[in-house]
Amino acid sequence: MKSPRIFVPNDATAVACGANRVAHKLEHELLARGVTADITRNGSRGLFWLEPLIEVETEKGRVGYGPVKPSDVESLLHAGLLHGGDHPLCVGLVDEIPYLKKQTRLTFARVGIIDPLSLTDYEAHGGYRGLKRAMEIGPSATVEEVVESGLRGRGGAGFPTGIKWRTVAAAPAEQRYIVCNADEGDSGTFADRLIMEADPFCLIEGMTIAGLAVGATRGYVYSRSEYPLSFVVMEKAIEKARDAGLLGKNILGSGHDFDLEMRMGAGAYVCGEETALLESLEGKRGLVRAKPPLPAHKGLFQQPTVINNLVSLATVPVILDKGGSFYRDFGMGRSRGTMPIQLAGNIKYGGLFETAFGISLGELVNDIGGGTASGRPVKAVQAGGPLGAYLPVSQFDTPFDYEAFAAKDALIGHGGIVVFDDTVDLARMAHFAMEFCAHESCGKCTPCRIGSTRGAETLEKVIAGEKREQNLELLRDLCDTMKLGSLCALGGFTPYPVLSALNHFPEDFGATPSLPAAAE
Amino acid sequence: MAVYEDWSTERAAQVIAEHRHLEGATMPILHALQETFGFVPDPAVPMIAESLNLSRAEVYGVLTFYHDFRRAAPGHHVVKMCAAEACQSMGGKALADYAEDRFGVGMGETSPDGKITLEPIYCLGLCACSPSALVDGQLVGRLDRAAIDEMAECFAAGKDFGDA
Repeated sequence: MKSPRIFVPNDATAVACGANRVAHKLEHELLARGVTADITRNGSRGLFWLEPLIEVETEKGRVGYGPVKPSDVESLLHAGLLHGGDHPLCVGLVDEIPYLKKQTRLTFARVGIIDPLSLTDYEAHGGYRGLKRAMEIGPSATVEEVVESGLRGRGGAGFPTGIKWRTVAAAPAEQRYIVCNADEGDSGTFADRLIMEADPFCLIEGMTIAGLAVGATRGYVYSRSEYPLSFVVMEKAIEKARDAGLLGKNILGSGHDFDLEMRMGAGAYVCGEETALLESLEGKRGLVRAKPPLPAHKGLFQQPTVINNLVSLATVPVILDKGGSFYRDFGMGRSRGTMPIQLAGNIKYGGLFETAFGISLGELVNDIGGGTASGRPVKAVQAGGPLGAYLPVSQFDTPFDYEAFAAKDALIGHGGIVVFDDTVDLARMAHFAMEFCAHESCGKCTPCRIGSTRGAETLEKVIAGEKREQNLELLRDLCDTMKLGSLCALGGFTPYPVLSALNHFPEDFGATPSLPAAAE
Repeated sequence: MAVYEDWSTERAAQVIAEHRHLEGATMPILHALQETFGFVPDPAVPMIAESLNLSRAEVYGVLTFYHDFRRAAPGHHVVKMCAAEACQSMGGKALADYAEDRFGVGMGETSPDGKITLEPIYCLGLCACSPSALVDGQLVGRLDRAAIDEMAECFAAGKDFGDA
């Protein structure tokens, strides 16, 4: 009889919730019972409230149990875990869980399903079909396929990925580079991390396709010291890809060379900004560069460089495999395809929800996310990380779309949504936004460097009730200066959380609610 | 608890030599030195500068720009608590205050006996199981007062968190 296959996730969220202790306990108990079973350490499915989620392969499909504590293991085995037996922690067939079933997983199709470091698993689930097709159709057709897909930068700026590639391919150069921005510093986001830990070959394949398409032979993945597990998994995956001839010289006999390396940041949020990231990769302080020149013309070491967000690059394999028009058919308006939306913070069902653009914010937070974890009413959500706006419940009809958010003075950013219940004080959050900007400013431009510190001070006065009206007016003026005068999005976008908090929740600032009629 | 080597010029030179061939080698070298010694001691700065043909000022500039790099040894135990928005939405701030009390050390400080360093960190990507922390390199989600108590007890007993 074939030994049963059990899955215990090994990504950061599962591990942080005790998955390693569960796996050890399971191994120990199986050994004690003389049972042989194949324990696969997969990545999380992205249903984080269920982590650690154990799955068992049965004839009907994979049956899940979660969240499992080490102390649950004995009772699980007693209940017939190995055959998908019933237990209070049983969540049934995992693929049938509505949270997962309602998703359209294109970029995250394999996440949670496969062994992240098994090339066999990866290829059995559609891996490397995109690269093979790219090799068949050639570099320029590959670039056009990405243009056709309508894919836009998933880091938040939303620049069309294919157009960027076209520019780099056309730029004369001795050396071109592919740089993956995996410096996912936004609070409320974990999509990059999940790809690196649960489907690393997908990123490697995407970067290889990019390399072939624009004629780049070297690539870097710039990740974070806050993601220690991602780094380890990626390094192992790169090694395996190299051993299999999928990285290095003459990839799969195509005559193309491409190799890549992991690099780790060192706790500087500003390095998520693409030019600061390039400076950091070059071994310098993470100071933002003035643009132009664009990185596509003069990027890493002054050479033409494709610098894309990790999710953008990890979406390339499916686009090449299924075609640009297949991908473009999902979404709304100018936001094409799918977005991995990350539901986080004070939310009952936190996790990753990949879906076509167009779903409303309210549907995401209430219907899918189940409202707050605390059970209290939702007061606000912050969308798009520390530089994103706070949106009140009255704006929950906003569709998840680059332009629809921009029209509300908000941004989708990297797709993170952080939920807050009614205990949050938005004046304090506005103060935190300024403080964070002051802490992380690279210091190159004055509006950001000085503005953030003055902004924090001004908000302290407002909170203390000192000359409130005058100080709020000063704050608005300061925000204008930061917005218009900063070199990059750190100083330029910090006014979004500050002003949205002030406009939508003036009562938290002690101001009369009638004051900023400009709120809507 | 991480165990580090004592400073040695020879060892530092070896670490630098292992990484100097990389493009933009400064950061990988600083990371490797910190991994070896627990921090980047001042005598390493001119060594890196010479090896990479940079000025000392440039190396010093990089070393001091990034929040991660240390110029002095950390405590035996390093607890980094996430201070970003998602963790705040789940009571992270109150928990950080509790940890300061429980460990007897302020945020961003090392206790006078050198036992514990408590620091803020901005996002571990564990935002759907907040609050979170990195405890001696180990990721911890769904952090609560009981976990902080357990840490304090483990550290006082000379054990690592989770080894109780």
